Amino acid sequence: MSILPPSQKIWWKEPIHGIEMMWIIIALIWCLVLFAWMPYWHVYGKQNLSNESYKTAPEVFEGKANAMAKAHTVRTDPKSNIPVVHPPAGSDVYMLGRLWQWWPILELEKDKTYRLHLSSLDWQHGFSLQPTNINLQILPGYETVVTITPDQSGEFAVVCNEFCGVGHHTMLGKIYVK
Amino acid sequence: MAANMFRQCPDSGLFFHKSAESLMKAHAVFGVVYLLLGGFLGLLVALTRMPSLHILNAEDFYLALSIHGTAILIFWIIFFEMAVLYFASSTLLRSRPATPGIGWVGFLLMVIGSTLVMVAFFRGNSSVMFTSYVPMPAEPIFYLGLILFAVGALIGCFIFLATLVVAKQEKTYDGSIPLVTFGALTATIIAIFTIASGAVILIPTWLWSLGFISHIDPLMYRTVWWALGHSSQQINVAAHVSIWYAIAAIIFGAKPMSEKVSRTAFLLYILFLQLASAHHILADPGVSSTWKVFNTSYAMYLAVLASMVHGLTVPGCIEVAQRKKGFNNGLFEWLKKAPWANPVFSAMFISLIIFGFIGGITGVVMGTEQINLIIHNTIFVPGHFHATVAVGTTMAFMAITYFLIPVLFRRQLIWPNACKWQPYLFGGGMLILSLFLLGAGTLGVPRRHWDINFSDAALQFQFAGTAITMMGIAGLGGFLAAMGGALFCLIAVGSLVFGKRLDPGASLFSSFGFPMAASCYNIERPGKLGLAPVEQTGDGGIQAKGTFVLALVFLAAFVVYFFINAKYLSSIWPMG
Amino acid sequence: MQRNEHQESNQEEEPVPGMQQLLDNPFMLLFLGVLFPTVFYILWGIMEIISIPAVK
Ligand code: HEM
Ligand SMILES: [Cu+2]
Ligand SMILES: [Cu+2]
Repeated sequence: MSILPPSQKIWWKEPIHGIEMMWIIIALIWCLVLFAWMPYWHVYGKQNLSNESYKTAPEVFEGKANAMAKAHTVRTDPKSNIPVVHPPAGSDVYMLGRLWQWWPILELEKDKTYRLHLSSLDWQHGFSLQPTNINLQILPGYETVVTITPDQSGEFAVVCNEFCGVGHHTMLGKIYVK
Repeated sequence: MAANMFRQCPDSGLFFHKSAESLMKAHAVFGVVYLLLGGFLGLLVALTRMPSLHILNAEDFYLALSIHGTAILIFWIIFFEMAVLYFASSTLLRSRPATPGIGWVGFLLMVIGSTLVMVAFFRGNSSVMFTSYVPMPAEPIFYLGLILFAVGALIGCFIFLATLVVAKQEKTYDGSIPLVTFGALTATIIAIFTIASGAVILIPTWLWSLGFISHIDPLMYRTVWWALGHSSQQINVAAHVSIWYAIAAIIFGAKPMSEKVSRTAFLLYILFLQLASAHHILADPGVSSTWKVFNTSYAMYLAVLASMVHGLTVPGCIEVAQRKKGFNNGLFEWLKKAPWANPVFSAMFISLIIFGFIGGITGVVMGTEQINLIIHNTIFVPGHFHATVAVGTTMAFMAITYFLIPVLFRRQLIWPNACKWQPYLFGGGMLILSLFLLGAGTLGVPRRHWDINFSDAALQFQFAGTAITMMGIAGLGGFLAAMGGALFCLIAVGSLVFGKRLDPGASLFSSFGFPMAASCYNIERPGKLGLAPVEQTGDGGIQAKGTFVLALVFLAAFVVYFFINAKYLSSIWPMG
Repeated sequence: MQRNEHQESNQEEEPVPGMQQLLDNPFMLLFLGVLFPTVFYILWGIMEIISIPAVK
């Protein structure tokens, strides 16, 4: 009875049921497989989390994003007035989150690798690239650098999936892949 | 301490100390009030997230969701947990509670703290979700309320520990503490770490909201905050696993298959469970993969091992007890002949199955460092934790409430038929809610989001039609669950107010026609709590074969689901 | 130490195994249960956050 003291004063030496022991061994093996899978995927998997990030300041990050946009804007999205930027293939590209937009809109080339820099100028935001479904937490004061290779062409949305105030659900960005 | 401070429940044989009894009642009743409030707002939230209904406006939705999370996850659960701690220490050890006066101070702090938080919410400037990520500001009384609430809970934890000391000194029991009390001890230890972390982060944040501190680092906040936020879920796990063991004992007279294995599993919880707070930081910048992999895996999944062990030993000990009673045919007669109409059992068993099969598997999968990339902050996450905390923990608490209303409050349950159905209604609704949130999350639908059609956004995006449909079905499930939750609150409160007072000696649950285990039922106990009786036959011959088969099915589901998600991960854009 | 306080069973003559002594000791468990997450999760985590380089 689990609601009474154990029936033996010394219970540590009681034998373990066969079935219990078997299950412990099976479960332990599965746990070790789960554990080994993560380092395995770091070596052999193609989708990993970035380990590159920096402390930054909103002005600094905004400056870099502005500089990129200034150099490579190809047009302006008519409805939102957000510039559409086509940076050189393989370059460092910037996207910033602020209440309530992702800025600027990026136009990338398929199968080219970019260093995508992400940060927030104000509150926390969630970078959720849809429908490919890549989700990253974006913090003010921190710059994440993700090396990313779009391998599908089309139009992708950046949904904000961290609650960031009453306009949260209007915070939508775009990435075009050509 | 005078013996007349104790009352023996004439049906269960349990001893209640007067002061512990009132503390238990107060905490449990307050908990149910918050369940009612939180559940009602959960319904509004679920109906708003049904794209076809969308009943609240954006501002009200974010307010309702903030209150839903806080009232139900923090206040309902922790108030009830305090009642469980008094039960597991004072009642099960048959000891006076240490310093009941201070216990009331703790209770009062929890009441004041939770009220302040509610006031902050209803003033409208603190819709920051229960996570209150900086630098999004809430009003100072929001943080202050949380701090006071936490201090109150901390007091409850120390009284639990002090009661263990009192019971040991006054020799109220022989041998080691019962397994259920040991599980409650595990919960207490995790709670102390949890609350300490909460203090470390919430006190500076409160000072920041008052203007005394200029900056709180958001990453530091998230890391330390989740030592509070996630570990508090681990308190729940330890608490509801203890309740599973308690109910297996109460209904079936089951004894643990092995004290050694079950207690060692709890030890693994104590050492490793709290590391998994890292689940929430996996998609964050700055902390290294080494830290993430070590912590998110609870140091090589040793705490998952512990849960898998409890998942076998709880139904396993029930199976052994049932087989001894003669339900020995085939693999599953023991399960078929279980008292499915008894809500104490059915709620507990649904809690166990859904917690393991859905909550456990999805939790480990999304807590895998890289797989988290396709899941972080999607509605998959609420899908997961409604299986763990809304079914696992809440239904375990409902189960024990059905037991405590007659035993602790000495009231007959009203509406026996409703009692029979309530666990299926709530569990079934939650199952639908969970599964379809998980599905929609897999398709990328964000959590905490008022409008996944983006009607007010400057740019446009359309989620897959299936995702929208799944959110609709989830809402229906949420509606059923909310009805089940409301029914529970009605039964609980109704029984306390209108339930027939039970005479001493009235047989427990007479209105249902199912007894408790003979070994629990009307037992005379000597002055001191003795060791559990040694089983005459021994159970060497009886093996929990059926449970083992269930466990293998579970493992197969786990493996398959894990690799499906690994496959899904391999299909997204290459990145690193 | 409290072995002589129990009179009845002859089991008492046996020394209690070390692991059982640990599991019967709430304060030792409390110590371990706070130590592990504090060191591995909190302190290690904070060290990593502090050592994030500033952007150039
Ligand atoms: C009574 C029936 C319930 C319904 C219909 C319900 C419905 C929901 C829904 C649809 C969400 C997701 C909202 C979103 O992210 O946009 C949600 C969030 C949540 N629910 Fe429930 N829920 C119920 C009960 C519970 C229970 C019993 C618990 C815990 C004990 C719980 C804990 C939470 C938490 C912690 C959140 C997250 C809040 C946040 O993101 O800040 N819910 N609920
Ligand atoms: Cu945002
Ligand atoms: Cu947002």
